[in-house]
Amino acid sequence: MPTVLVDGQEIELAAGEKLNGIQVAARAGVEIPHYCWHPGLTVVASCRMCLVETGTRNAETGAITMLPKLSPACQTPATNNSVFVTGSAKVIQARAMVEEDLLIDHPIDCPICDKAGECLLQDYHFQHGQAERRADLRPFTRRRREMGDTVTLFVDRCVMCTRCVRFTREISGASELMVINRGSHEEIDVFPGYPLANKLSGNVVDLCPVGALGDKDFLYQQRVWFMKKHPGICTGCSTGCSITVEENQDHVYRLKPRTNMHVNEWWMCDEGRYGYHHVHHENRLTEPWVKSARGPAPSAESRDKKVPDTFSKVEWSALLDAMDSRLRKTQRLAAILSPHLTVEEAYLLAKYCRSIDGNAWIAMGHVPMFGEDQVFAKGFTVRAEKCPNRRGVEEVVAHFMGRVPKWEDALAAIESGEVQAAWFSGGYKKSDWNDENVAARCQGLATLIVQDMFRSPLYDQADYQLPGAAFAEREGSYVNCKDRLHSVVWAVRPPVGVRTEASLYWQLLGMPGMYRSRRVLDEIAGEILYFNAAGGPIPPTGVDLKVNLLAGASA
Amino acid sequence: MPQFEPVLLANVGKPESHTLKVYESTGGYTGLKKVLKQMAPVQAIEMVKSSNLRGRGGAGFPTGLKWSFLPKDHPGPIYMCINADESEPGTFNNRILMEDDPHQVIEGIIVGCYATKATTAYLYIRVEYPRSYKRLQMAIDECYAKGYLGKNILGADFSLDIFLHRGAAAYICGEETGLIESLEGKRAWPRIKPPFPAVEGVFRKPTVVNNIETMACVTQIARRGVDWFKSIGVPSDPNNPRDPGSYGPKLYCLSGHINQPGCYEAPLGITCRQLIEEYGGGVWKGRKGKAAIPGGISMGLLTEAEFDTPLDFAGPGKVGCLGLGTAAVVVMDETTSMIDFLHNSCRFFSHESCGQCTPCREGTHWSLSMLERIKAGKGRLRDLDLLLEIGDTIGIIPGTTICGLSDGAAWPIKNAIRKFRGEFEEYIKRTNPTGHLETKAVPALPILAGAH
Repeated sequence: MPTVLVDGQEIELAAGEKLNGIQVAARAGVEIPHYCWHPGLTVVASCRMCLVETGTRNAETGAITMLPKLSPACQTPATNNSVFVTGSAKVIQARAMVEEDLLIDHPIDCPICDKAGECLLQDYHFQHGQAERRADLRPFTRRRREMGDTVTLFVDRCVMCTRCVRFTREISGASELMVINRGSHEEIDVFPGYPLANKLSGNVVDLCPVGALGDKDFLYQQRVWFMKKHPGICTGCSTGCSITVEENQDHVYRLKPRTNMHVNEWWMCDEGRYGYHHVHHENRLTEPWVKSARGPAPSAESRDKKVPDTFSKVEWSALLDAMDSRLRKTQRLAAILSPHLTVEEAYLLAKYCRSIDGNAWIAMGHVPMFGEDQVFAKGFTVRAEKCPNRRGVEEVVAHFMGRVPKWEDALAAIESGEVQAAWFSGGYKKSDWNDENVAARCQGLATLIVQDMFRSPLYDQADYQLPGAAFAEREGSYVNCKDRLHSVVWAVRPPVGVRTEASLYWQLLGMPGMYRSRRVLDEIAGEILYFNAAGGPIPPTGVDLKVNLLAGASA
Repeated sequence: MPQFEPVLLANVGKPESHTLKVYESTGGYTGLKKVLKQMAPVQAIEMVKSSNLRGRGGAGFPTGLKWSFLPKDHPGPIYMCINADESEPGTFNNRILMEDDPHQVIEGIIVGCYATKATTAYLYIRVEYPRSYKRLQMAIDECYAKGYLGKNILGADFSLDIFLHRGAAAYICGEETGLIESLEGKRAWPRIKPPFPAVEGVFRKPTVVNNIETMACVTQIARRGVDWFKSIGVPSDPNNPRDPGSYGPKLYCLSGHINQPGCYEAPLGITCRQLIEEYGGGVWKGRKGKAAIPGGISMGLLTEAEFDTPLDFAGPGKVGCLGLGTAAVVVMDETTSMIDFLHNSCRFFSHESCGQCTPCREGTHWSLSMLERIKAGKGRLRDLDLLLEIGDTIGIIPGTTICGLSDGAAWPIKNAIRKFRGEFEEYIKRTNPTGHLETKAVPALPILAGAH
C-alpha cells in the first residue's frame, strides 16, 4: 500500500490511486490553499498559492530528503514515500507573499462585491496574508465588462487563475474566454463578437475564486452570508444534477451545483441554474377554488359565447372532506401522476385513489420533451426530457397497474366514459401541454381535480382547482434517467395558501401527524422491488437503484 | 588584438560568407559527411557528449546529455527546435551567425537531427531579425537544392526538413517551453515540468531545444573532432565529478560604454577585464569602468573589482551573479547611475513577464513601480529591503515560479542593491530627505513595444 507523509501523518493510498499534494493533504485534514487548481480542470500551477515543501522518504532507511525549493502541491503527485510539509516557515512566507502580490492591483472593493463572504481571496488573506499593506501602489479603478448574457466581469478583481478560461476550453468546449495582454496588464476577455454563450456559462462564476466573474442573475440581489444553503436536486431535466438551493426567508436567490461525481461532477447547466424564477412568479396559484355551478356547454353556433362556470374560494379544511366524499361516490377513478412529483407523492396519490376504487386507473403524466440531448466535451449532458422523475413515477405506476399507461391512454379512457373522476397532478413550470383540446376531451368527467402551479385550460374547467408546490418546496425522492435515487428536503416553505402535494395526500390517506418522506420511502422500498435499495440510508450523492436491483435479482 | 584564431566566426566578414559556395570552399559540410558516413546516431550523440559541449543559450546544460534524455526507440516523430528568439538584452551573437554564416548553423542542425533521429526541425526566429530570416531561408533553399536537406540526405537513410518560424516579439518565447507553446500557435506561457520537452515537447512529442550557437559548435566538433574542442577552454573541476567544465570557443557580445563594441570569439574562461581591455579597447572616453553585466541583463552585475572573474560557466556564479548566461557583456562607466540601470532592468522584466505566475507577474510590476518612485525622488530606505525581499523570493530557484524569467528579473535587483547599496541610500537620502511618501503621479515613460 503506497504511503504518503503529510506533516508527519502517514496517509495510505489505495493501489492505483492518483492524488496530488492538495488532495492527499485534505485526507490528512490539512487544507492547502489554492486558486488555480480545480479537480475538474487541467493543472497549470500558476497561482503559486499551494506552494509546499516536498521530499521523499527512503523506503529502507526511513531517512527523509527534502527538495531545497518549494513546489506547488497541485503539480506534485503523491506517490509512495512522498513527503509533504505544509506548515513550515518557508511555506508560510511564500503564502504571505502570494497573498500580498494578489492584492497589489486588486481594488479591494469587498463592501460592494457579490463574492464577499465566500471569496477565497478574503479567506486566504485572513488566514495566510499579512496585516500590513506594504505596496504603495494605487490600485486600478473598478472596471466592468460584459462576457455574455449571463456573466459579467469585474476586470480588476481577477487574480488570473484562468479557471474560467480552462473551463470553456475543456468542459463546455466553446473556448469563448481567453487571456489578453501580458504581465500585470493581463485580463480575461472574449473575442469581439463572440460572447460567452453556452449552456454551461454560469459555471465560470462558481469556478471564479474571487469576485471577478459575476452572475447577472444574482448580481446585487443578496449578501451571501444571509442565505441558507439546502442540498437539493435540479428538476430541470432528467439528468437530476445535485444542487444547493440558497434562500433567505423563503425566497430562493440562486441555485448552485453540488459536487456529485456520479451525476454532474461539479457542474450544472444554465437552464437549471436560472430555472427557479417560477417559484416566485406572480402568476402562481395560491388558493384552492371549487366549482359551484357549471355553465351550460356551448352549442355549435355559439362556441365563443360559453357561459363561464362559477367558482368559489374555499378553505383547505372544508375542502378535503367534501372532495373525498365526492370521489367516493364515483364509480371509476383515474390518477395522472406527473413526472414532477416525488416518488413518495406519486405513491401516496396512487395509493389514495386505489383505496377508494380498487381498479382505479393510475397513469403516467405528460413527459415534457424539448429538442435533443446536448452532450458537452467531457460528457456533461443536458437532457431533452424536462422533468426530474419519470423513472420513479413509471415504477410506481407499474407497481399499481402492472404496466405503464401513458397519460394519453388515460385520456382515451376518460373520453370513452370509462372513467368518471380524474385527478391530474402538476408541478410543471409550463403547463403548455394541456391545451384546449385536452380540456375538451375531459369535458365529460363528473369530477375533475387539477393541482398545479399555473393556470391552464384543464385547470380552468376543473371542479377542484388546487394550487401545487414548486420543486424547492417539496420533500421526497427523485429517480434520474440513470436510475439514481436522490432524497431531498424542502428548502423554502410554499406560499401562503399552497399545500404541498405530499402533505395533502398524507392527510387524505388519514395518516397521523405531519408528512414524513422517510416513512413513505421505507414503505415503498419494502413493497416495490425496484426501490429496494432505497430502504437503507440515502447518501447526499444518491443511491443507484439498478445496481442494487441486479444484485437483489441474482440473490 | 589577442592571438585566438576565430573558428565560429572564421567566415564572418568574408564577402558572400552566407552562401553555400563560400561555406563549402572553407570546409563546409565536411563534418556532416563524416558523421553520416562514419557514425551511427548513437555514436554522434556520444561524440557530442564526450566533447562536454554545454548549451550556449544561457543555462549551460550539457548538450549531449540533453539529447540522451530522448526516449529510446521512440516510434516518432521526434522534433528538434532551434531557439533563435535571441531577446536577452545585450546579446547578438546568434544574429551574427545567422546573418553571416547560416550554413555553419544548418550543418550543426543536420548533425544534431541525425544524432537525435529527428526528421523535422523548427527554427524559431524572432521577428526583429528580418535579415537573419532571409539569409537562413536562402541557405535552407540552397541545402535542399544540393541535397543536404530533404529525403535521403547525401544518400544516407536519413531525411530532414527545416522550417523557419517567426515569433511575434516576446522575450518569454526564448524560454524553451514558451517557445514550444508559441510554435504550436498558443499563448507563450511556459509549461510546467515534468514532463520535460525531451519526453513531451512540440505537439506533445519528444523534442530537443537548442541554441543557434550550440549548433554552430556541433558543426565544428563534427569537423574538427572532440579533442580539438576540449583543447580550448576551462577543464572540469577535478574535485567535482559533476562539473562538465567549460570547453570550447565562445562568442562574447561586448556592448555598452566601450571603445570597440562587437561580437568576439574567445576561449571560455577569459576574464571580463581581458575582454574589455584586449577585445573592446577599454572603457570609452578614457573613463573607468563601474560595473558590467556578465552575460545578459538577467545574470546580474559585476563590480569593477570583480572584472577579473573568468567568464566561463562557473565563474560569474562565484561572485554572486546568476551565471554566464548568453555571455553578453554590457559595460557601464563610472558616470552611470545604478538607479537608472536598475530602473531600466525592472522596466524590461515587468514588460516581458508573461503573467502566468503570481509572484513574477506582480513582483516585477511592484519592483518597477518602486524604482519609478525612487527615481522620481520619492524613495524610502525601506524600499531597498522590500526590493531585496522580492528579489530573493521570486524565481525558479526558490521555487515560486514556473520558469526562469523571474530569476532573471531578480538578479539585477539583488546584485545592484547588494553591491551598490551605498549609492542607492545616498540617492534616496538626497532626493527625499524627509522620507515622506507622496502619492504624486510619476511621469509616464514611453510605452515599450516588442521585445528588447
